[in-house]
Amino acid sequence: MSATAYRPTDVKEEEVHVKEPSYLEDGHSVKSWLLTGDHKRIGIMYLITISIFFFVGSLAAGLIRAQLVLPANSLLEAETYNKVFTAHGVVMIFFFLLVAIPAVFGNFVLPLAIGARDLAFPRLNLLSYYLYLLGGLLATTALLTGGIETGWTFYVPLSSMYSNGQVTMAIVGAFVAGFSSIATAVNFIATIHKMRAPGMTWGRLPLWVWSTYATSLVIILGTPVVAITLLLVVFERVFRLGIFSPELGGDPVLFQHLFWFYSHPAVYIMVLPAMGVISDIIATFSSRRIFGYEFIAFSSLLIAALGFLVWGHHMFISSQSMYQSVVFSLISFLVAVPSAIKIFNWTATLYKGHIRLQTPMVYALGFIGLFTLGGLTGLFLACLGTDVHLTNTYFVVAHFHYVMVGGSVMAFLGALHYWWPKMTGRMYPDNWGKVNALLVFVGFNLTFFPQFILGFLGMPRRYAYYYFAPQYQPLHILSTAGASVLAIAFAIPFFYLTRSLKYGAKASDNPWHATGLEWTVASPPPTHNFHETPVVTREQYEFGHLVPEVRAIEESDKARRDAEIAAEHAAEAASTEAK
Amino acid sequence: MGTVPIAPEQASNFAYWHDLIFYTLSALTAVFTILVGVLVISFVIKYKKGSNADRSNPPHESKIMEFTWIVIPTGLGLVMFFAGAKLFLDMRTPPANAMEVYVIGKQWMWHSQHSNGVRENNTLHVPLGKPVKLTMISQDVIHAFYIPEFRTQYHVVPGRYTQQWFVPTRVGRYQLFCNVYCGTQHSEMGGYVYVMPPDDFEKWLENGGDTVKPMSLEQSGQKVYNRLGCNNCHGAKSNMRAPSLAGIYQSKRRMTDNSVAVADEAYLRESILRPYNRVNYGYEKQMPEYAGTVTEEEVLQLISYMKTLGGAGDVEGAPKTLEMDPRKGSSPVPPTSSTVGAAGAISAQSNATPGQRPDQNSVGALAAQAPSKN
Repeated sequence: MSATAYRPTDVKEEEVHVKEPSYLEDGHSVKSWLLTGDHKRIGIMYLITISIFFFVGSLAAGLIRAQLVLPANSLLEAETYNKVFTAHGVVMIFFFLLVAIPAVFGNFVLPLAIGARDLAFPRLNLLSYYLYLLGGLLATTALLTGGIETGWTFYVPLSSMYSNGQVTMAIVGAFVAGFSSIATAVNFIATIHKMRAPGMTWGRLPLWVWSTYATSLVIILGTPVVAITLLLVVFERVFRLGIFSPELGGDPVLFQHLFWFYSHPAVYIMVLPAMGVISDIIATFSSRRIFGYEFIAFSSLLIAALGFLVWGHHMFISSQSMYQSVVFSLISFLVAVPSAIKIFNWTATLYKGHIRLQTPMVYALGFIGLFTLGGLTGLFLACLGTDVHLTNTYFVVAHFHYVMVGGSVMAFLGALHYWWPKMTGRMYPDNWGKVNALLVFVGFNLTFFPQFILGFLGMPRRYAYYYFAPQYQPLHILSTAGASVLAIAFAIPFFYLTRSLKYGAKASDNPWHATGLEWTVASPPPTHNFHETPVVTREQYEFGHLVPEVRAIEESDKARRDAEIAAEHAAEAASTEAK
Repeated sequence: MGTVPIAPEQASNFAYWHDLIFYTLSALTAVFTILVGVLVISFVIKYKKGSNADRSNPPHESKIMEFTWIVIPTGLGLVMFFAGAKLFLDMRTPPANAMEVYVIGKQWMWHSQHSNGVRENNTLHVPLGKPVKLTMISQDVIHAFYIPEFRTQYHVVPGRYTQQWFVPTRVGRYQLFCNVYCGTQHSEMGGYVYVMPPDDFEKWLENGGDTVKPMSLEQSGQKVYNRLGCNNCHGAKSNMRAPSLAGIYQSKRRMTDNSVAVADEAYLRESILRPYNRVNYGYEKQMPEYAGTVTEEEVLQLISYMKTLGGAGDVEGAPKTLEMDPRKGSSPVPPTSSTVGAAGAISAQSNATPGQRPDQNSVGALAAQAPSKN
């Protein structure tokens, strides 16, 4: 295979084989992977790369939790600790969370889900992978050759004037990775606009495609801002160009505005695709048309739009104008509403469904619980009076981990278990998956719930030790105990999923009875996805043709509705006759 | 560690209102989380595939339902927004009669300065029940001045003044944290805020940042002199058992071996610690050796006191009593000593944990102590 095989006209000319090789069998050389234009192979390359970054970031998290068991610094020097938590943040945010769901499943599934042969720009897609890899390598090099101790937020003038270490290299890494995001987002938007199969109207798009679309808009509008901001930090650091540091005539608060203008929407880059995946999983495993399709779809766009107007809630106590803070607080309360809409619609979807508690569904239900708590605790921080006390404490740490781990990582694991049979053609042991999903849920709560209380008690984040405040120790011990459970729960899927590649049962084309177009092709799919361009004739979440029980109910409902209508007509006719 | 605390003390005017909003939000969070949890679990049980539940007419959308779950959360959210905004506007509007204290943050310590010039390092003393306004600026990077028990904090930014205010409502010692990551020793950048009864605070402020007036070296020396009973033998009136100390400093002394020594600091120190090394002509070896019983600090204090004991002509007079005013003493007292004084005023001080942060003194001492294990 080669990149030239992507001209759409080729499809028609191609002979239809009895059994076309899957994308995995289509070329085994290293080159056939590294220079591929196939969205599925690029998706797999992303999956492997983000898994490595996730491992690195988790290792850092483990060190952090181990350090905080004792109030005095028992394991790491303050400087090392600072480098470790910075590494944790930089790796997890820039090289795992921002890429995880969009780049892995967006790449692998998006074209399949809308009936396209590939993304609109396959070569750009490959370039975006290599930009991501280059950014990741630069940042990793920075972390390994001296490290950085600025925190992932790179607040100035600490990062530009005071902090030693490889700040410049790490920032350039994040900058390069930003262009990878932009290229991917452009690709997704073009693909969703121009390459939907006939009949795949906007109203029939899977909801996770909607959220991927919203995410892509956020990436395109936000990433350039943070890219140029970080570059300005480098300019100030290297050339002493006064932008942010008051010593050089700059304004340090300006940096925070620019940084959060991107970095708050970035939270939605991480969580919107997660919400989309959950919508799909819940509909599939309830065999039920999703409740309030339009509301869920438009709430994604509303989140993307309002998400750009709330950055100031990171700065209530950073000397921005008091009235500015009030406005940002109000909008922050409002942005919670579309998230609430989604949660209630998902819950309503379960009503009268045919619920199968398989692994992806257990993750999705766990997501609902954790994201509800994560979202609601966000209100404490949107609320001005309480944010003054809670901001920058462990309350904030707990809140955003509920959203990003409890939300995005749960959804990522759900998505991985959902599309694993499609990606690999193999089934994993469902019981292992289900038990492990519960283990993640329990370990997660044990790790992060105590941190809400720690924050309320006033424990500041980013402290290497707290010997002067030993009252915080019991909750830290609890949190670390939870982190140990969580570490095991994150490790287990690696083993059973890897094992399933060889020993797992062969997956059918549609093991979950799902409605997406990706389930109409073989598992794993052939390189060219579809032999013929599919034509969509149904609404997205209609399960009647897949699940007999649903069909029976649909038919009886239809019969009853018809009877009711007939009875009404009869009654009308009778009344007019009487007159 | 007896009980695990789950709520911080309320020690400022804002704490009660903060907690009221906090607990209300917590209740709302609990209600909604439990509502969603119960609905999800009961639906999963009832509509598990293969169950006999009635599934006819499954709804796919409902404007009324959507309207309900948009309007109710929005309404509740707006109420909480107004409550939070009200408290915030109060927090941002210091009253005109507030006592002003200036705070400077720098890597990695806090300086505060009271209007009469009293300065503190890593501590802040404030009076109970009076509004206090902090005007703050940073010398380097961004910090935040955070007192959890007061429920208040604000960024301390280089290049611009920021403010926060509060009324302390409970006497005690409260933790002070830097709460914006500010570099390597960020964890170390903290100390304590002491809330004192207003009278104690006034006294503290008048005494230059101490609950008792600090003593000069000479005064301390006199105390040691009296404690050790030096006067019993070295008193001005009697030269029988030991030479008088009046005018001894820099005087020439003749020894039992007929050598002559000048009574400088080194000689005086030696004569206190090991008096038999050299004994004055005409006297016996009677004086106890003080090596090991007095500290070097006390020796310095004694010497300073001896220097005040007049010239050779004053032999008749008793050692004069020093005037108790430190500012007139010959050796200036650093005005920054703070917690020593506060210790007496505040009972909380007595249960200070071992290994608490250095509360004062130099940056060097602070940095040196930073990574120490307890």
